[in-house]
Amino acid sequence: MALTTAEQPSVRASRAPGIPAKRRGSRRGRRSEAAAGYVFLSPWLLGLMAVTAVPMLLSLYISFTNYDILSPLSEVEWVGFDNYKRMFTNDPSYWRSVTVTVSFALIAVPLKLAVALGVALLLNRAWRGVGLFRGLFYLPSLIGGSVALAIVWVNMFNREGAFNGFLGLFGIDGKPWVNDPSWALETLMVLAIWQFGAPMVIFLAGLKQVPTELYEAASVDGAGRFRQFRSVTLPMLSPVIFFNLVLETINGFQGFTAAFVLSNGTGGPVDSTLMYTLNLYIKGFTDYEMGYASAMAWVFLLAIGIITAVFFTTGRFWVHYSDGDDR
Amino acid sequence: MLVLIAILGIVLYPLVWMVGTSLKSQPEIASNTGLLPEEFTPRNYTDGWNHFDVSFARFFLNSTMVALLTVVGNAFSCLVAAYAFARLRFPMRGFWFAIMIGTLLLPQHVLTVPQYILFKQFGWVGGDWPYVPLLVPQFLATEAFFVFLMVQFMRGIPRELDEAAKIDGASPFGIFRYVILPLSRPALVTTAIFSFIWTWNEFFRQLVYLSDLKDYTLPVAMTLFIDSSGQSSIGPMFAMSVLSLLPVFLFFVAFQRMLVEGINTSGLKG
Repeated sequence: MALTTAEQPSVRASRAPGIPAKRRGSRRGRRSEAAAGYVFLSPWLLGLMAVTAVPMLLSLYISFTNYDILSPLSEVEWVGFDNYKRMFTNDPSYWRSVTVTVSFALIAVPLKLAVALGVALLLNRAWRGVGLFRGLFYLPSLIGGSVALAIVWVNMFNREGAFNGFLGLFGIDGKPWVNDPSWALETLMVLAIWQFGAPMVIFLAGLKQVPTELYEAASVDGAGRFRQFRSVTLPMLSPVIFFNLVLETINGFQGFTAAFVLSNGTGGPVDSTLMYTLNLYIKGFTDYEMGYASAMAWVFLLAIGIITAVFFTTGRFWVHYSDGDDR
Repeated sequence: MLVLIAILGIVLYPLVWMVGTSLKSQPEIASNTGLLPEEFTPRNYTDGWNHFDVSFARFFLNSTMVALLTVVGNAFSCLVAAYAFARLRFPMRGFWFAIMIGTLLLPQHVLTVPQYILFKQFGWVGGDWPYVPLLVPQFLATEAFFVFLMVQFMRGIPRELDEAAKIDGASPFGIFRYVILPLSRPALVTTAIFSFIWTWNEFFRQLVYLSDLKDYTLPVAMTLFIDSSGQSSIGPMFAMSVLSLLPVFLFFVAFQRMLVEGINTSGLKG
């Protein structure tokens, strides 16, 4: 690369600066720019083909077969829609994992966003040390998805864990939360909500964009703090709320690590933490039913696509973009 | 303000409890659920380090290697792709860019099953060097998030600089090398930091591809504790949890301002 640049000026200098040469040069330049574009793009293009596109087509095909990873690909048997049929009509664990995942997303995501927004509002003032607070609230978002933290978390909600120790201070006799089918998933929800730092920081960025004149105008009109929040902050923040909602919902649907750790990879107790992705992992990599797992993956992809599309169509009714040309 | 301090207390409680418990003696772990040990002991750390047939030194080394190579691969391949998208004109650029944005939404769990099948066909799974399937995608700019981040960043670099270099006779390669590369340092650093932390914490793919104990990375090794979860190993388990979170924590301390600003401007997720 260094050579090219070193050469280029001298070549240029040796040519007369006449118009035809220049024109020819620029046309050649455009063509060479197109070539360079594809050279620079080539790793990404290769990745798109080899790591994304071909595998996806392959998995679409495999989802119509009974492929188990152990026998060669050439011996797979075409089973048509059997995998899909089994999923929807003949696999209680599948519907269990759908229910677990949807309830996880429906409860944990709104709560997480509410906490994130609440703390962001409290932090949206300038005082010494506010940066440190922001950073410390963000810390759980950095480590929250790790196995190590999930292990600690599960122990915290054990019979002898810190949470029951805390309840003991108030004379409440706790229970082994993580071993109780009706509480295990809630434990994971609390873990998810605990990581409210990432959406919080995005809310903070959004709050900074709200023009202070709007608040002044609102208070001149006699709006109280709650009214100001409802009529100024929320609408002005709606694009950021929307962004966080889409991102966190998609994240929520993909929760895997904590559920794996809590149940030692089984989705237990009694399938109460059988998240969709964990079920997919079990079907594919424990039971070696790659055909079925591929079908599950495609339904997952379609579901995420539909949910995103629903967000974007309904978003039009409540997301307000300021009409200024700043955006 | 008081409310904030109360919330901060709740947020930090699990972390302090984790460190405190890792320093408690074995009998104390069961009897004392409080934050701090009555008697500090480093036993759990020495016990945990050699708890399995393979020492944690090996797991740390494996994780470090995977994370560093991922950083190099992501930084280089995403930068190159971003330069093409942000600065060069070529046929079908809009189309490819739309595809790139589309892949942002692709859940990795959907891709892992078919990738595993394909990589197995290539003979990469369980080969001499089991990290190949983990690393190849990172060298091919498949982390669309970082491509997007760098495109956004490069759009902020004044075009006049490219024009000036072009008039001086620089080729697209020259512009990349002498204009864009040096000026992209902040975006590269952000990518490197997040790449490292995410890979360090990443679990699903490492679980799928690593099957030999000596090849395990930290997250996979940590799951051995839950397999053999007798009450006796809680102390060592906590100690190793603390150690395995330490690099991320140090990154956090060193780059706290940048991490928070990074997600601020780009919507990066932790």
